[in-house]
Amino acid sequence: MITFSKQQLKIPQLQRPVYLVTAGQSKFDRAFPDKRTEELCIDAFTMAAHLLDMSPAELKKYIHTCYYGHFADHFGDQLLGESVIHDRLGLDPLGNVGVKTGGATGGSTLWEGLKAVASGYSDCVLVMGWERMDEVPTDEGNFLISCAADKDWEAPLGHIYTGYYAVMAQRYWQIFGKSEDSFRRTLAEISVKHHGYARFNPFAQSPMKITVEDVLKSPVVAYPLRALDCCLMSVGAACTILCDEDTALKLTKNSKNKPLRIWVAAGSHTLRPADRRDMDIPLLPNETADQYKDLGKRFPGGDRYPGFTGFLAARMAAYYGYGMAGIADPMEDLDVIELHDAFTISDVQTYEDIGLRPYGYGRDYVESGDCYHINPHTGKPGKLPSNLSGGLIGCMHSVGATGIMQTFEIATHLWNRWEEFHGDEMLWKKFDRKKPKDWTNLQVVGAKRGMAISHAGVGSHVTSTILMDPDHLIKKDA
Amino acid sequence: MSTYGHVFVKNNQYKLKGAFHHLTPNTPIRNADDDWKLLGVTNPRDMTYIHSYGGEAVFFESLSKGKLLATRCDNTGCDSKGTIYIPFRIHCPDCLGKNRAIDLTDVAKKTARIHTFMVCERSGAFNMLDKPIKFINIEFDGVATILMSYLSLGEPAFGMKVVPIFKTSGPTFTILDLSWVPEGTKKEQLPEGFSF
Ligand SMILES: [Zn+2]
Repeated sequence: MITFSKQQLKIPQLQRPVYLVTAGQSKFDRAFPDKRTEELCIDAFTMAAHLLDMSPAELKKYIHTCYYGHFADHFGDQLLGESVIHDRLGLDPLGNVGVKTGGATGGSTLWEGLKAVASGYSDCVLVMGWERMDEVPTDEGNFLISCAADKDWEAPLGHIYTGYYAVMAQRYWQIFGKSEDSFRRTLAEISVKHHGYARFNPFAQSPMKITVEDVLKSPVVAYPLRALDCCLMSVGAACTILCDEDTALKLTKNSKNKPLRIWVAAGSHTLRPADRRDMDIPLLPNETADQYKDLGKRFPGGDRYPGFTGFLAARMAAYYGYGMAGIADPMEDLDVIELHDAFTISDVQTYEDIGLRPYGYGRDYVESGDCYHINPHTGKPGKLPSNLSGGLIGCMHSVGATGIMQTFEIATHLWNRWEEFHGDEMLWKKFDRKKPKDWTNLQVVGAKRGMAISHAGVGSHVTSTILMDPDHLIKKDA
Repeated sequence: MSTYGHVFVKNNQYKLKGAFHHLTPNTPIRNADDDWKLLGVTNPRDMTYIHSYGGEAVFFESLSKGKLLATRCDNTGCDSKGTIYIPFRIHCPDCLGKNRAIDLTDVAKKTARIHTFMVCERSGAFNMLDKPIKFINIEFDGVATILMSYLSLGEPAFGMKVVPIFKTSGPTFTILDLSWVPEGTKKEQLPEGFSF
């Protein structure tokens, strides 16, 4: 049984408020045979500068330190790739550091940048992430991804990460999903939703108009997961600029971007699920211990926490993040979220870990229609729309950039600029993509607060990035 | 002529024999849609790593002798005293004292059951297992953790009782030397090289 000390459960404290003022991203695709990584990073940075109505050279003058998220050196076959990008962006001799936490790399990079500003070390930082996953064929790519599992105890078992992951999905599927066809259809609905929203995102790699039946007929990868339940393998870059209040006001003087308050928190758990030990469920502000007393009765086999069904790292990232930002109930306090939908089933598991629904009832977030831009049952706006970017299933999973792409998406809603960055004909043309005739504006009307969850593999690292309009804070002294 | 790279240790130094890499030339990548202009090159590479198991070496050696080792913290001052770990942990995650290696073979034979599983149709490059791979995660009585491995015979199910088998003939000295079969499997049915 694992227990936590009071010191370990302390709510993190920033020394001063931190603001996100702009963000940018490249096109995302499976391969870029004609572009080097630095070209994609420069695309992202240039966009971030333009959103502030500044030239890249002007914006660079404000940057004091740089935080680079780039997970898999061996994919890009370049150690110290951060240094290459830093030089190509013309940011020498500023201090910079590379951050690597698997799928959570983007979120962790934001975490590092945030702390630099909050501590006063820097007034303005660049947070940039990318991944190059097209330098090897898919089989070898799967091998390289499997290197993120324990190399002696797991990776030799097939060199296929999906296998190490999917055992957890299987357990969730049988215990909490009760192996029901209806639950399998709910999972498929998530894929339909994310590929569908990707249709309205010019940056997105996998726009598809599909049905639940299409998902259920797609090839089995690891039962019950099928090809269309899985995230993409991508190339691309995303960045954002974080700063203190004074710099935020200066940088946004000529811009439609309002500085947004930002908090980032992180949690972790064993690299090998095999090493997980039992513990009591750490509670979020909207939960009580009583509600989980009979969990094992309601879901036989579901009483072992976190077992193979919960992501403790996500729970802790939410615990610290909600505490910092004053969130009491994420369903009530947030307006829009981006979740790390590596697989449809992990999307559902995360709903529970971050308290959108109690453990055991994640599926209801989809089935109620709350997760949609427009709730299909009521025709009214969804209570808390998720993954309007298309997420990892529909938009991209260019690992080091993913958590930053999600944050870009949330920010565009809070700035009320989503339509501008997703509907612009010029952008569709530039990316050589066709804007669909039924293109729909997915701006969440009146969005003031949002969150992005960045998640590594079997749950070794998870971050929560919370953004708020500073005129709509929950906790005045946050 | 090339031979596989081999390594042994003498006087605490690695001694290397054979070829640790093989040369393959680069080739250009050209654009078929644009007059075969140059876009890049291939970078072939084939290397052999030299990896130490350190304090876990005894675990992998034991597999080849038909024994499954776990570890236990026996530190009287530790809150987790008596906790048994497999995967084998050299040190206790709580007190960081050195754990004691214990023989878990009998416990595994009597109490191992499938906690969860996955039948995986795909593999990555360099996979040595037959497909589909039947991943299983195994619970044991009195053990705090849930071991990941693979089932060699039968179809996995929740709660199914399984027994360990070991590649005692021609061992690879990797985790692949440990596999599992349903309780009641006959000796003659075991895959080549494996024994109970
Ligand atoms: Zn101990």
